[in-house]
Amino acid sequence: MTTTSQAWTEEIVELAGTSVQLVKGGSGEPLLILHDEMGHPGWMNFHEALGQNNELIIPSHPGFGDSPFLDWIMNMRDMAGWYLEALDDMGVGQINMMGFSLGGWLAAEIATMDPGRFNKLILVDAAGIKPPTGEIFDMFLVVAKEFITESFLNPEGTSEFATICPEEPTPEQAEYWEVAREQACRLSWRPYMHYPALSNLLSRLKNMPTQIIWGREDAIVPLSAGQVFNDSIPGSQLAIIDNAGHRPEIEQTDEFVRIVQRFLSG
Amino acid sequence: MFIGHFTERPYQDEKSGYFGATGKSIRDLDLSNDIYDPQIGADLYNRYLDERVYAEEMGFDGLMLNEHHSTPFCMGGAMNVEASILAKITKKAKIVLLGNILPIWEDPLWLVEQLAMIDMISRGRLVSGWVRGTGRESVAHNAPPPYNWERFQEAHEFIVKAWTEPGPFRWEGKHYNYRYVNPWVKPYQKPHPQIWLPGVVSEDSLKWAARQRIPYIMLATKLEPTKQAFQIYHDTAKEEGYKSGPQNLGYLWKVHVDETEELAEEVGRKFVQGPSNPFLAGNEGTANQALMRLPGLTSRRRVLPTMNAATANRGGVLSTSYEEQIENYTIVTGTPDTVIPKIRHILEELRPGSVFFWDGDGAMTHDDQMRSLRLMGQEVIPAVREIAKELDLPSSFDINPATGAPFEDTPAVAEVAD
Repeated sequence: MTTTSQAWTEEIVELAGTSVQLVKGGSGEPLLILHDEMGHPGWMNFHEALGQNNELIIPSHPGFGDSPFLDWIMNMRDMAGWYLEALDDMGVGQINMMGFSLGGWLAAEIATMDPGRFNKLILVDAAGIKPPTGEIFDMFLVVAKEFITESFLNPEGTSEFATICPEEPTPEQAEYWEVAREQACRLSWRPYMHYPALSNLLSRLKNMPTQIIWGREDAIVPLSAGQVFNDSIPGSQLAIIDNAGHRPEIEQTDEFVRIVQRFLSG
Repeated sequence: MFIGHFTERPYQDEKSGYFGATGKSIRDLDLSNDIYDPQIGADLYNRYLDERVYAEEMGFDGLMLNEHHSTPFCMGGAMNVEASILAKITKKAKIVLLGNILPIWEDPLWLVEQLAMIDMISRGRLVSGWVRGTGRESVAHNAPPPYNWERFQEAHEFIVKAWTEPGPFRWEGKHYNYRYVNPWVKPYQKPHPQIWLPGVVSEDSLKWAARQRIPYIMLATKLEPTKQAFQIYHDTAKEEGYKSGPQNLGYLWKVHVDETEELAEEVGRKFVQGPSNPFLAGNEGTANQALMRLPGLTSRRRVLPTMNAATANRGGVLSTSYEEQIENYTIVTGTPDTVIPKIRHILEELRPGSVFFWDGDGAMTHDDQMRSLRLMGQEVIPAVREIAKELDLPSSFDINPATGAPFEDTPAVAEVAD
């Protein structure tokens, strides 16, 4: 047992008519984090670093982790609608929001539905847009471990890779992935991982400072989709991180954190 | 006893370099159709249809078809096309579809119409089975796997309603929507053809069949787990308040009969060579793990005792040798004299009312299949009928599976209204 207190807490809360697994940690201005298609990966180094300046609020979306799925949520816009009520119930007021991959798509949908409730938006290797060149890697035609490995440019050289994707996952870890994949499948089976109208809807974010972050070598969502996000959101900026794939927050944590902190404090 | 013939209609092309002993093994999703040879395709479709006509001549009660997609081990991608042809070129045998893959149909009104037309043209010889499909089916027709079971149930309810209730009506479901359901074709059999459910894995499906009083057909599984799964059916029937029996159960396994023991063994080995179904144990194909774990396709917890048998080669290794399969009765080959006692053993163990002899598969040739069909007709089928009589194994056409009582003057119907 360590004597220092844990940097984060986990609880089950009632939000928008269902129970939700909620992780919170750090202190400062609140930052809502929307996890990717494999669920919240646990408290990683980038959480620890961002937690120095921000209170991180990390719900498991309905259907992921210990948040039960809701029968009526059949697509990402249903999920976005649910989230707006969940934010009402959380009473967080205007807030900053950051989403990863599928969670980035979700963040974009939520923001276009109610831009007034967010201060700043960060999209990290976000799904949701059909890339003009290349295709979004099909996570459902490979098993979980293969997909996670494909998400990294350099899995062997990434110290936290083994934490996210252990050689021999425990049965609990394997089940956590399968639950996540099932809900990701409900939300994104077809059209696969994108919503055709999203790029048109994004112009509604013209008054919202938006930072787009992409791993240059993303093999899951090609960089060309990041460029469409950047072109579609007036005034947004795109930061491309070298030597990183789909998970720059894990592969290049320092640079990722620097970009996020600079954007949030600016 | 109802005796049917089945072959999965493999796409046999040795020069492709694939297919078991002849080269690279098949792995789902790794095989491009750029090798497809239309001449071979045309020959094989016609060969398999010719063999069905001969199977009917040899006394089979049923000609069973199945359907898979994007794979060479089964050429029946549009099984209802083959069934339509059989409706016209055969005379007496039931056309047993095991089955249409309900969840992959975006518009099940096509099924309402196609199947009713097949029943009409065959003058009431259709047995209409449903399946949920494997991962490759959902991937090929892009049906959302987590909704597979919901779509299955809704499509079933919709089809039965469209077959049995006067139109027009509207259908506003979770997965299917129609503003005007009024098909101008209705099944020949009243109220509709028997509906059967084949399977190996899902306990949800088996219990659903038992609750719907629909016969369940176990596909090529080992005897002991099959018995256990059949017991789940009987227990569920008891809970539902009716008496199930042989008329509720069917069993499919590999049977090849030949003129000598030596020839039977030589040809029997072809079951596990050639483009056979990699989903089933013992074949020389490799199941793709991602397809077998397609998210939400079947419950990860509610699986049948037979699942291990069905997925024994998950890791892609040929796990059940030909010898083991002979040993455990999942393959039966020999001359009529040696095959008949083995079939008796299976009937005694499982007590099914319907059986399907799976033959002419893998790397077997047309001549292999025709010799076996002739010997089955001359010796095996008559003997099996006698054994079934002695063991009291009525089929779902002898005894109403919904009630456990004989049909009266009405045609066979597997279901009660729920």
